[in-house]
This record gives sequence, C-alpha cells and structure tokens, in this order.
Amino acid sequence: MALPPPDPQFVLRGTSAAVHTLHFSCGGQEPDVPILFSGSENGFIHVWNLKTHRVDTALDGHGRKSVYCVETMGGKTRLLSQGRDQRICLWDLAEGRTSVTDSVFTENVGFCRCSLLKVAQGRWLMAMAAKALEEVQVLELPSKMSVCTLKPEVGAKLGMPMCLKLWQLNCGSQPLLLAGYEDGSVVLWNLSMGKALSQLVCHQEPVMSLDFDSEKTKGISGSSEKVLSIWSLNEQQNLQVYKTHKLVNAGISDITIRPDKKILATAGWDHRIRIFGWKKLKPLAVLDYHTATVHCVSFSDHRNPSERLLAAGSKDHRISIWSMYTQT
Amino acid sequence: ACFVPGGLDCSISFVSHVLGKVCVHGRQKEILSVLVPRLTDLTKSDCIWQRICWRLVECVPDRWMEAVVPPFVQSAPGADTLSRLLGNLVVTPPKAQFVVTQKVLLLQYCHTTAVLQNLLGYLALDSLRRALLIKVLQELLETWGSSSAVKHSPPEQQQYISKAILICLSHLKEPEIESCRQELLTSMMEGVKCHLDSNLPQIRRLGMIVAESISSKINTDGPVLKFQYEEDDEARELKSLLVQTPPFCVVPGRLDDDRNEKAEAALPLVLESTKKSHTAAPVMPEEESDAELDSDDDLIPYDMSEDKELKTKAPVYIRDCIEVLTGSEDVDKWEATVKALESLVRKNPAATREVSVELAKILLHLEEKTCVEGFVELRQRAQVAVLTTDPIPVAKYLTSQFYSLNYSLRQRMDILDVLVLAAQELSYPKSHGKTKHSGAQKPCTQLLPGSDSSKDWRRIVDERIKSKTRRFATGQSQVEMASGPNEFNSVAGHFFFPLIQHFDRPLTTFDLLGEDHLVLGRLVHTLASLMYLAVNTVAVTAMGKALLEFVWALRFHTDSYVRQGLLSCISSVLLSVPSERLLEDMTEELLETQSWLGDVVEKDPDGDCRRLALQNLLLMENLKKKLKTVPS
Repeated sequence: MALPPPDPQFVLRGTSAAVHTLHFSCGGQEPDVPILFSGSENGFIHVWNLKTHRVDTALDGHGRKSVYCVETMGGKTRLLSQGRDQRICLWDLAEGRTSVTDSVFTENVGFCRCSLLKVAQGRWLMAMAAKALEEVQVLELPSKMSVCTLKPEVGAKLGMPMCLKLWQLNCGSQPLLLAGYEDGSVVLWNLSMGKALSQLVCHQEPVMSLDFDSEKTKGISGSSEKVLSIWSLNEQQNLQVYKTHKLVNAGISDITIRPDKKILATAGWDHRIRIFGWKKLKPLAVLDYHTATVHCVSFSDHRNPSERLLAAGSKDHRISIWSMYTQT
Repeated sequence: ACFVPGGLDCSISFVSHVLGKVCVHGRQKEILSVLVPRLTDLTKSDCIWQRICWRLVECVPDRWMEAVVPPFVQSAPGADTLSRLLGNLVVTPPKAQFVVTQKVLLLQYCHTTAVLQNLLGYLALDSLRRALLIKVLQELLETWGSSSAVKHSPPEQQQYISKAILICLSHLKEPEIESCRQELLTSMMEGVKCHLDSNLPQIRRLGMIVAESISSKINTDGPVLKFQYEEDDEARELKSLLVQTPPFCVVPGRLDDDRNEKAEAALPLVLESTKKSHTAAPVMPEEESDAELDSDDDLIPYDMSEDKELKTKAPVYIRDCIEVLTGSEDVDKWEATVKALESLVRKNPAATREVSVELAKILLHLEEKTCVEGFVELRQRAQVAVLTTDPIPVAKYLTSQFYSLNYSLRQRMDILDVLVLAAQELSYPKSHGKTKHSGAQKPCTQLLPGSDSSKDWRRIVDERIKSKTRRFATGQSQVEMASGPNEFNSVAGHFFFPLIQHFDRPLTTFDLLGEDHLVLGRLVHTLASLMYLAVNTVAVTAMGKALLEFVWALRFHTDSYVRQGLLSCISSVLLSVPSERLLEDMTEELLETQSWLGDVVEKDPDGDCRRLALQNLLLMENLKKKLKTVPS
C-alpha cells in the first residue's frame, strides 16, 4: 500500500494576493538566512525568511501591477523582477537596501516570463518577449545592450512567445534559446546567428511553460491541454518528440526540473502539484493542498540535499513548501 | 434399593409448604440460593433425587406456585439443569403450567434474557413439553401481532416478548415449523403491519427483526424478508438469540469445570495470536520490486488514488442556480449546484430575497436526480438558508403548503424540520449563529427522529430548571455573551400560527387527526420547538395561549409519540412565557393542564410520558415558588 501524499512542511501566508512567481536563494553559508522571493498580483515582491517563515521585506516597485517573474542574479542581494507595468527592474538588496537600481522598459503587455543566463562573471543574458508580437529580444545585463532580436519567419504564425529558456551546453559554449509559442510549437534559436535551428509542434494549444535539462538535452513542456510533452535534442540540434504523458485534468501553469535532475514538478490549473521522476516521467505524487490554480513551482538551491525544498504559489494567496524525495 | 415414595411423600410436601411460604414472603433468593445449587448437584446423576425434587416443586400449593417457580427458573444455571430440577412439572399441574407459560412470558416482563433462555430451553428439551413450546409460541405471536398490544404495552414488554419469540424459533425443529408454517406466516404479516405503523423507532425495529427471523425460519429456500434498520448492539443481541449454542457449559463435576474453563481460556488466546499475526504483516515490499524495474530507483511513489478529474464548476449567481435546478439536463452541473447552493444563498442575501419564494418552491419539490452524497442534508440546509434570509414570505409559503393537497408525508415533515432549524438559527445571537450551524445538523437530518427529540427535551428542560433555581445564588455569569437583536422576534408568529390553524381540517390526501398521526406527532414536536425558541419575543404570550388550547384539544390522543409532543409543548410554554404573563393571562388553562398532568403521571402507559408530565409538574411548582418568594 502506497503512503498517502505528505502534507506541506509549512505554508507561507500573508501575500494577500495571488502568487505568480517564486525563486529560492538558499545557497549561502551560515549565518545567511535561506530566502524565498515571491511576486504577487498586487505588485509586491515579498522576501520570505525561511527560518522564521515570515516576510522580512516587501518590495514595491511595479506600481501595484502584477509581478510575474523574479530571479536572482548571483546571490540574494541582486534581484530581477518583471511586472505587468511593462518593466523589468533590477534591485539592490544588500545590507538592507530595497532600491531599484535599474530598469528595462519592455513595452510588452504579455505574460511571458523572461529568462536569465549567466555567461561570465558579472554578465548575464536576458531573453524577453519584445514589443512586436512574435519577437523575442535578448539583452545583455547589466549593460542593457541588445544582443539579438529573434523574429520568426514571415507566415510562421507562431503567435506570442509564451515561455523562454536560455541555456548553454557548458560554460563557454554558445548560448541557445528555447521558446514556446502560442500555437503550441517549441523553437530552438541560435543567438549568435539569430536563426531558428529547429521547430517542433508539441501541443495543440499554447505552450504555457517549459524546462530543459542541458545535460541530457531533454526538455518538457506543458500546455492548457491535458498532455505533457517530452522532447529531446539530437546531435543535429533537431528537436524530436520523445514521449507524451496524459494528465487527469487539463492545464499546466509551470514546470520545473530540480537542479539535481532527479525529479520535476508541475503546477496545475486543477489546484494540484504533480511530481514526476525525470528519467522516465514516472508519476510520483499528486499534492492536493491548494484551493485554486497553482501558478508557479520552484525548487530550492540548498547545498545540503536533505534540506531541499519545493515551493508552490497559488491563486489562493498561499505558498506551500514541501520537502520531497530529499534522500537521494 | 429404591425408597418407597410413600414415606417420603409426607415429608416432601411439608418441605414444599415451607418452601412455598418462604418464597411468598419474599425470601426466594435466600432460600433458593442455597437450595438450588445443592439440588443441582444432587440431581446430577441420582434420579431418585430428581424425583424428589420434582415432587418437591409439584407439591407446592397452587397459591404459592407463582412465587416458587419463576425464581427457580431464574436461579437455575441452564435449561437442562432446570429440566432435571422440574421434570415434566409443567405438563400436568395446571397451575404450574399457567405460571410458566402465561405468567412468566406474557404477563411479567421483568426477567432477563437468561431466564427466558432457561425457560424456553427447558420446554424444548423434552418431547412431552415440546407441544407446550409450540403452544407458547403461538400465544406469544398472537400478542406480538395484536395491534392494541403494540400500541398500549410498554416498549420493555414488547422487547421481552420479541426475545421470547426469537428464542422459541431457535428451538423449533423443521417438522414442527412445517406443521405451523401457515400460522407463522399469518401472524408475521399481521404483526409486522402494526409494528411498522408505530411512531417509535424502537418498536418498528423490533417488528422488523422478529419478522425477518420468522421469515428466515419458514422460507429456508427462496427469498427471505429483509428490512433496513440500524444495526446496533441491541439489534445484534436480539439476532443472536436466534441461534442456539449447544450447552457446552457447566454439566459434570468440579474437575470438568476447571477443564472447561481452561478450554475457554485457551480459545481466546488462539484467536488473539492469529489476530496479531495478521496485523504484524506489514508494509512496502514494493520498494524492492520497483527498484529493479525502473531506473528511477529509490523514488517511491505516493498514493495517487485521489487524483481524479476536477468537477464542473457550480454557477455563481442565484438565478443561474434556479435555471440549472429547474431545467438543466447537465447532471454534473446539477450536482455541483446542489452542493454549492447553501453557501451561495448565504453570500448573496439581496439576490436571494428577490427570488426567495421561487427558490423555496423548487427546493421543496427537488428530487434526487443523481446519487449525491448527503442529498437530503444539502437540500435541507439550502432550504434553511433561504428561509432565514427571507423569513416572512418563505414561512408564509411553507406553512401554506404544509396544509395543501398532494404533498407526500416526507415533504410535509421536511417543512416542519426546516421551520425549526431556521427558527433555531434566527433566535440565536449572531456570534453563535456560525457555531450553531454545525450543531443544527445533528437532530433533524434523519427523516424520522421519532422519540429522539423527547430525549433532547429532557436534557434542555433539566438544564433550564437548573439555571432557574440557581439564579438567586450567583450573579452575572462570567462571560458577557455577544448580543444582537433577536431576529426571530419579528417572524415567530409567522412560523407558528399558520401551522396551528388548520390541524383539524382534513383534506383528501391528508388527515392529521386520522391516519397521519405520524405527521401530527411531528407537528406537535415542531410546535414545541418553535414555542421554546420564541422566548423573549413579543408574540410569545399569544403563542403560549394558543398552544395550551391546542394541547387541551388533543390530550387524549392514543399515540404515545403525540402525547410526548404535547407534554413537550407544555414544557416549552412554561419555560418561554414570562411567569407574570403565565399567571395573569393563563391561569385557567394552567390549572386545567395541571390536573391533566396529574392524570398522566399516574395512568399513562408510556414511561416517557409519565416522566415528562412529572417534570412539567415540577416546573409548575417552581413557578409558584418563585413568584411567592419575589415580592410583587
């Protein structure tokens, strides 16, 4: 008899608004406190202290418009946030400061989360949906210089970019971008040439979220339908469908693979968080805690594997924190 | 060598006289506690002593037979012992036969089940006596099946007779059953009918169990009668009587007793150890097997059986709900609406008020379309929500429908339940309103609470008596309860008076004073509840007066459930109407009621009625005392 699914280790309450994005920063040494950043629909970014389970700081930088992406840039003192006020803000949080040091005006009114990739010390690439409908722009941070603009072919009819993932095979190799579009396709872009290397129709509905394992060159995407699609990249840099997995209820908002590539988590419109083994997509658990759509899931970056956590943010204003499969 | 009975006769009859006299004077226990074990031992193997024993009891004069034989039956450890002690006593002397077959079984009912087992087992053991057994069974069935007995005899006696019937059945053999099959069937049919007609659930259940047992005995092949009732300890005990366990007990000497005890002790140990081995059988051999198959090793899946499709969303607007409930073919949506309706009604009072009567009408007629868990409760809670949101028009509608044509009994009783629940909610202060919700579920979700409400009333009356008598000693209670306007005040009359108006006007399909006495009983209990909840309202005095008149008109009703309700009504009146008003405006009615209560305490066959009447008299006494001590 299988055990019933576990309860959350704890639940963070107090955002008073739907939670759209989460990001952990727990890699620091003692006496550094493990931190979780959350972005909410009311425009606030909450900095949660994972020892006390309380909000240490609330950042208000997007004019009360929904924040739908938060990322750290090398440690918890530098934060990037993206909001529906069409801005991407860079924050300096060192020594108790809460100031926006820089911002990028994206002129994009969509919901596509930007993607960050560290390419060198102090240098990042950021991919974001651009002003024009189907375009993706890549900027270098912190200089804010444009690296390239990725335009699909005329007549491709991909629709809006829905989700982005910048990656590189190893440090020093050229960065690539995977983009999921409104028509259900996933496209692999070469940034230096600004060209699409491969396109694969993974879904019949818009690709809501995707994640990629650069070691195994295998990725997974979720959509508003009932199917999860797993695809891989072969030697010729071509995307091929590896397998699909049918879900009980339609709608996935977010997918994330754990840093150790053992398991992955999906955030569902049916209020449930699903855990799968990454190797064979073996269903492991269905966590039914939230009472509304789960918007985001995120794994922590604890150095000690036994402390690793999974966080899920939902429309029901709660963030549930889970400790699952930490022994491996 | 055998003793000549002649010489012993005289001394035995003397002993019989002594025995009889002692027993008649009430000392049965003392003398028999010595006599019976001694005789048991002596008669074990010695048949002369057996004969002596038989003569002993036989010679007890007739007028003392009644005092001797039942205690004998009681103190004998088993049916076969009794057989040895009494022999075929019951076959010949008419008095002994009368005592055993009629008195113990039909006229007394204080004996335990063990006594019944002894007696009937005794009758079954000898072929001569078996004829008596069958006769006894027939008489028992006649009593069991008589509708006047069911109506007027106390429940304890009915249970006793039922037990006796079951034990008789257990002793009967096939050929015997064959010979009286037709009679059994007829009695069963008649008996079942009058039992099911009763208002008390206990009686109904007794009837069901006995009927099932009879049916299983006479229809050994083919379909048997099967009822649905609550299986609790009492039911199980009754049903266990149907099976006779072979007497493996006390028979031979001391040594064997010990051996038997050891055997008995050994048995439970064996059972326990098997149980332990079952529970020790554990967990997770899955771990190993999974690891081999999958390379996702050491990732043990959790139980995902709860991962099912998400249900359809319920409508968010009240008017949409009305549409779905009246027309929609989509059963998923219908189900979701039924589940969500109560909370929607409570969250949108203004919208509900616009369509309250329509919603009440729909809910009253709502039939279960799909198998929704707790449908009855969901419908009731929605009805209560609608009624409390818009009390006056909905109460008007519901009370008028109560007396209308072409409603089923269930619907009429639904109306009563909903009125009481809503009244309860309205009459409690707002802060309690929330907690009372969960409490209110309990009493009225069963369709026929039957005598449960009378038990509730006893408790409530007790509490109120306590609280009243304590008022002079203590001052303010510790916690100030949140106060708010009594919402029931403005609507109490609307709930109460329409219900009481037309009870004596029969309609074609509904006659409260005739066949539908079940509904009458429920109506009376409802009026008692409404009266109780109307405390501190303006209309309470008028309500009290009307209720006392109503009680007066119905006080001789033959149904004990109705009478219990009437007595609850009086309790409510005494508790809710302020004492000054009681004494000034209702003196005559109170005096008349008091004399009736006195009658009930003495003469009513139902134990609950007598208790309630006594409590009412106590309340009246307290009332008088209280007004005497407080200077006017």
